Amino acid sequence: MIATLLAGTTTTAAKAASNAGPTLLTHSANSGNGDPLFYFGLNWQVWLILIIKCLVAFVALLVATALMIWFERKVISDMQSRVGPNRAGPWGLLQTLADGTKLVFKEDLLPDRADSFVFKLAPYLSVVPAVLIFTVVPVGGVITIGSHTFELQVADPPMGILLVLAMSGIAVYGVMLAGWSSGSKYPLLGSVRASAQVISYEAALGMTTVMVVLVTGSLSTRAIVASQSDGFWNWNLIRLGILPFIFFMIAITAELTRPPFDLTEAEQELVGGFHTEYSSIRFGLFFLAEFMNTITMSAVVVTLFFGGPNGYIFHIPGATIYMPIIYFLLKTVAFCFIYVWFRAALPRLRYDQLMDLGWKRLIPLTLGWLLLVAAIVAWGWAGLVLVPVVVLASVLLVRANQLGAGRSEEDVVIPAIGRKVTRPPRPPRPTRPTLTPVEPGRGGGA
Amino acid sequence: MVHSVLLAASTRPTWPDVLVFAAAAAVILVGAIGVVTSRNPVHAALSLVMTLFGVAVLFIEQAADFLAAVQIIVYAGAIVVLFLFVIMFLGVDRAEAINVEPLGGQRPLAVIFSVITLGGVLAMAATAHWVTGARQVVGPIQGHVAGAGSPAGEPAQLGKQLFTTYLFAFEATAALLVIAVVGAVVLARRPPTVHADREDSTESELPA
Repeated sequence: MIATLLAGTTTTAAKAASNAGPTLLTHSANSGNGDPLFYFGLNWQVWLILIIKCLVAFVALLVATALMIWFERKVISDMQSRVGPNRAGPWGLLQTLADGTKLVFKEDLLPDRADSFVFKLAPYLSVVPAVLIFTVVPVGGVITIGSHTFELQVADPPMGILLVLAMSGIAVYGVMLAGWSSGSKYPLLGSVRASAQVISYEAALGMTTVMVVLVTGSLSTRAIVASQSDGFWNWNLIRLGILPFIFFMIAITAELTRPPFDLTEAEQELVGGFHTEYSSIRFGLFFLAEFMNTITMSAVVVTLFFGGPNGYIFHIPGATIYMPIIYFLLKTVAFCFIYVWFRAALPRLRYDQLMDLGWKRLIPLTLGWLLLVAAIVAWGWAGLVLVPVVVLASVLLVRANQLGAGRSEEDVVIPAIGRKVTRPPRPPRPTRPTLTPVEPGRGGGA
Repeated sequence: MVHSVLLAASTRPTWPDVLVFAAAAAVILVGAIGVVTSRNPVHAALSLVMTLFGVAVLFIEQAADFLAAVQIIVYAGAIVVLFLFVIMFLGVDRAEAINVEPLGGQRPLAVIFSVITLGGVLAMAATAHWVTGARQVVGPIQGHVAGAGSPAGEPAQLGKQLFTTYLFAFEATAALLVIAVVGAVVLARRPPTVHADREDSTESELPA
């Protein structure tokens, strides 16, 4: 079938260029749907729809972020048997607004040793990706107003889900540069931790996303959602097996540097992490970006694994328009709650545990699962022949981890290039008292 | 249908095309000049990111969305982050004296080599047939299904092209990367350390 398509495309394209091209260029009925970059040209209606979409999405995201901050504080308070914010507005709903107003009017400090340009740039590098990720998330179905049919999402670019990966890659710059440009030790430590952590988990994140792309056959978020319609058994959560979702959750939580992976701003160790030196609205922007990211990443999880706005549509007039939005909101709020739950329930990991989890477990596991998914997509159930291979690899990996677990770095002796190993018989290591520092001169006995 | 229009549009640029190209070109140039003129390595790295973004915009303008995304994910999102990581860790984030030449006569050599490379690339682009696959791609990737709503973005088609037309380039790149990884591992090796007399073990350091 693909071969016929291959053969047919060029001629079809050439024919269509002469026939359909001019009419489509003037007639923009198709513009919202399937023409994300406006190759067909623009007119004022398209502009209007586009601007309204952007404004609605932006305002909704900001309001949702304010509510998310309130939600997190309230839920955490409940879990810790506290009351939480209850002064500003009903149930403390306006607390975030009050905090934001306070932050705007606080003094804006620029540290003496800071790199002023980068210091001022960094908060925006955090916020902008957080907003941009939301543009590709489908929040509802397709709406027709007059002659215009458009999707309820700001944009549906062909790169689709890759934009999410790209933007989460860019978001690390905000954290990293904030820490570096502060000209201070603790922020620098926080930002170095952050960059290492985000790079480490990006690989697992990318490979889990590839699994979704493999079963969908498209990068577009709209196509990903569409392929999961007609019942929850079509959700990628079920189709891929439950594990990729779990991998994705772990990786995305680390990517967000949310608890239990919030080593970047571990208050007990780093004062406050990368934003220690920030004050006023610049600090507010980091705060905003963090919570905005929580929402957008919940939405991305819903899009990738839970069918986005898909769900059973009741036979009520207008239900096809608002029911998908309600489903999307419900699913997203559920994940926002789960993130808050993580924060309340799980203790922070140590740095070496974080790196172990990322490199020694998550990345090999996602690789193995990706291999299985690819084989099944390519060969059908015959792809299951790869199961023994993956199981064998997992066993080897576990064994390797066991062997390496007890070793300290000084046990590892690798010969220099072109040199023969002449290893003296190692004396048995004396049991050291754990907390006394050992002088470098008398490291391992004798 | 989309791609037919794309093909038609790609032959005669419209004013948005020109506008986007000019803006992206300006971003690329400013970034590139910033990379070589900044005294501070972190500022240079940021300028590099700016250049990469400009190139990504140009890719999108050419309907190569996948390339644009990969450009951002790999180069801006991983490689320059690693640069910055190293800069921060090694503490070389200070203005450097660039009058010192570690290699004698490196400036004239740099000029000569860049002229040779540029000449080679230009000559190859003008005359030769590239052995690594198709020399150029006009319009969307051949074989793309029209009307699917994503110009040159279907991962299946992309993969097919990568493993057929561009196989040689693909495998050569893979080999190059493996060589780089092996090289990094070799360079990062620790010298054999002897536990008994650690003070005397300096003689067995790796030769620089």
